[in-house]
Amino acid sequence: MSERVAVRKTYKLFIGGKFPRSESGRSYIVQDSNVALSSRKDARDAVVAARAAVKGWAGATAYNRGQILYRVAEMLEGRREQFVALGVPGDEVDAATDRWVWYAGWSDKLPQVYGGANPVAGPYFNLSAPEPTGVVAVVAPETPALLGLVSVIAPAIVTGNTVVVAASPAQPLAAVTLAEVLATSDLPGGVVNILTGRLSETVPTLASHMDVNAIDLTGVTDAELAADLEVKAAENLKRVLRPAPTDHDWSADPGITRMTSLLETKTVWHPKGV
Amino acid sequence: MFEYAPAPESRSVVDIKPSYGLFVNGEFVDPTDGGTFKSINPASEEVLAEVAEAGPQDVDRAVRAAREAYEKVWGPMPGRDRAKYLYRIARIIQERSRELAVLESLDNGKPIKESRDVDLPLVAAHFFYYAGWADKLPYAGFGPNPQPLGVAAQVIPWNFPLLMLAWKIAPALAAGNTVVLKPAETTPLTALVFAEICQQADLPAGVVNIVTGAGDTGRALVEHGGVDKVAFTGSTEVGRAIARAVAGTRKKLTLELGGKAANIVFDDAPIDQAVEGIVNGIFFNQGHVCCAGSRLLIQESVADRVLESLKRRMAQLRVGDPLDKNTDIGAINSAAQLERIRELSDAGSAEGAERWSPACELPERGFWFAPTIFTGVTQAHRIAREEIFGPVLSVLTFRTPAEAVEKANNTPYGLSAGIWTDKGSRILWMADRLRAGVVWANTFNKFDPTSPFGGYKESGYGREGGRHGLEGYLNV
Repeated sequence: MSERVAVRKTYKLFIGGKFPRSESGRSYIVQDSNVALSSRKDARDAVVAARAAVKGWAGATAYNRGQILYRVAEMLEGRREQFVALGVPGDEVDAATDRWVWYAGWSDKLPQVYGGANPVAGPYFNLSAPEPTGVVAVVAPETPALLGLVSVIAPAIVTGNTVVVAASPAQPLAAVTLAEVLATSDLPGGVVNILTGRLSETVPTLASHMDVNAIDLTGVTDAELAADLEVKAAENLKRVLRPAPTDHDWSADPGITRMTSLLETKTVWHPKGV
Repeated sequence: MFEYAPAPESRSVVDIKPSYGLFVNGEFVDPTDGGTFKSINPASEEVLAEVAEAGPQDVDRAVRAAREAYEKVWGPMPGRDRAKYLYRIARIIQERSRELAVLESLDNGKPIKESRDVDLPLVAAHFFYYAGWADKLPYAGFGPNPQPLGVAAQVIPWNFPLLMLAWKIAPALAAGNTVVLKPAETTPLTALVFAEICQQADLPAGVVNIVTGAGDTGRALVEHGGVDKVAFTGSTEVGRAIARAVAGTRKKLTLELGGKAANIVFDDAPIDQAVEGIVNGIFFNQGHVCCAGSRLLIQESVADRVLESLKRRMAQLRVGDPLDKNTDIGAINSAAQLERIRELSDAGSAEGAERWSPACELPERGFWFAPTIFTGVTQAHRIAREEIFGPVLSVLTFRTPAEAVEKANNTPYGLSAGIWTDKGSRILWMADRLRAGVVWANTFNKFDPTSPFGGYKESGYGREGGRHGLEGYLNV
């Protein structure tokens, strides 16, 4: 009997909860596979999807968001071998799964840790609470392909932001496979959108897009490109996270700065009286 | 209107020197490559003093002094000692508050009752609040050992000269940074008296440096390679330019920029209180307030009643001598700002909105603008979109809470908003949906050092005040 012919996977984009090809009809070969080569139009479509998802996701209860992030961990745990087959070390998959669990728990704790009542000198009730900034463009680190990716997506979305992620051009398969995990985790479509292809095509579009509120340049290794993207981001005063140092230790305790730098603090005043 | 006899505050508490140098490394020095300019009283156009204009070399000298002070004195100093210097400064400000209030009104044009009762108490409170943080930084929620950034370049506007100085310098020093601050070119005088206060407090030389000048001085400061932090309060246009200038550098940036706040009045609001809030929202400080309630959104069913009360109230506002204790609205800060207010107001009329001001006699000399409202404003009008930064209110109406939210958020700005209603659940529903950093419900224009202040969207980023205000000055 002849050996069974394997069914190969087509690696596509992840936009608005769906898996479209690039509207440009282009792909590139990387990691022995054809991967979609995103265009500027794909980037704009992804921003539209991300914007449409903001209201529902930011408006969901923190408990709900926490459960969904935990569900992502459950799904990722079950697909461990799939990532190992792509070349992601087993330890890294475990660390990435644990990171989802860690961030899941922050959803209903960060507002207490990062906000609270302010003792103003007067007869007023005064409360500061964090809110998501909105749509965040994220340049994922080139490596580690999975842990780095999870470490930039989870802190952005746990608080209610939606993201458009430019995946590592050299190792996009982990990103597309993570999209499959996300798509089966009750995460509403559009909360995470993933673009594969050249950073030089998609990221400048995201940096200058007027409906993007923040940009995380973590994965940009070219200092000149990073500066140029920051200049573009200034047009509508996007919040900017500058590139991470190349020796950044992704296995270390992430701290809360990644979450807080994508938050706005809103302070509400009301007089006290009878 | 009731007639009041003039009740002018005495100028005798203020001793303005004929000329001021730059405050660098603990001393007043003459500029080396700059020039001089004059600061005038906008209520009379009288020259108050001649002030040094810092050139690039002067800025460099100030940054070097700040660096040396950071490395040798202020950085290594225990937090408890930094705290004591800041408490000292807070106390001296309280002791000299009358003098500072009068000087602020002379140089800025704001009414004395405001500089005396709002600005100065808040300035002292701000230093007092952050003094206490200096030796408690590990408890601020930014990790066990947060570190200062180094030298902070700070550029502040002319609308609350000394208060903006306090918002910048107090948290920077508490966190262990040293500063070079540039006050606005039309209002440098209280910052220069603050420099004297630093001397009086024996603050180590170089911890605070004040470089006076205009846009070029500010540019030289924020672009200087020796600064680690840039903090700016001012227009969105300049904020954008600064964000571009610091791109690709290590400099941490916080920006507090423009606004076009919606002040939303529902049909169940207590009308008299709401009218006081509307007046406070737009006419406080001549409307020279980034968080001013410059777009009034009234629920349609009460629009006529609210406008009638508002006009009656506006007719009681006293416009005139800033040093008169009965004055409600003082002088516009500069000829240039007056020109901008006039231009936008003319655009309001030209675009079809209806303009109204109470009968009001304006002094002959100086820069003045009568309190003004425009009705029949649409969201497309320039006066509904652009920051006027003057005593000019644009009035729009709405029918449902959802429409109010939609209109309120229809702006690139997001600094503040106001809600007037008797229904608690509606306040919270609205507050959740308004994209603004500060939401005042049944009040407006309230500030406190413990309360974070700052904007969403193109109103800037970062927060000033409270525990949050330390973050911009720490390596977190």
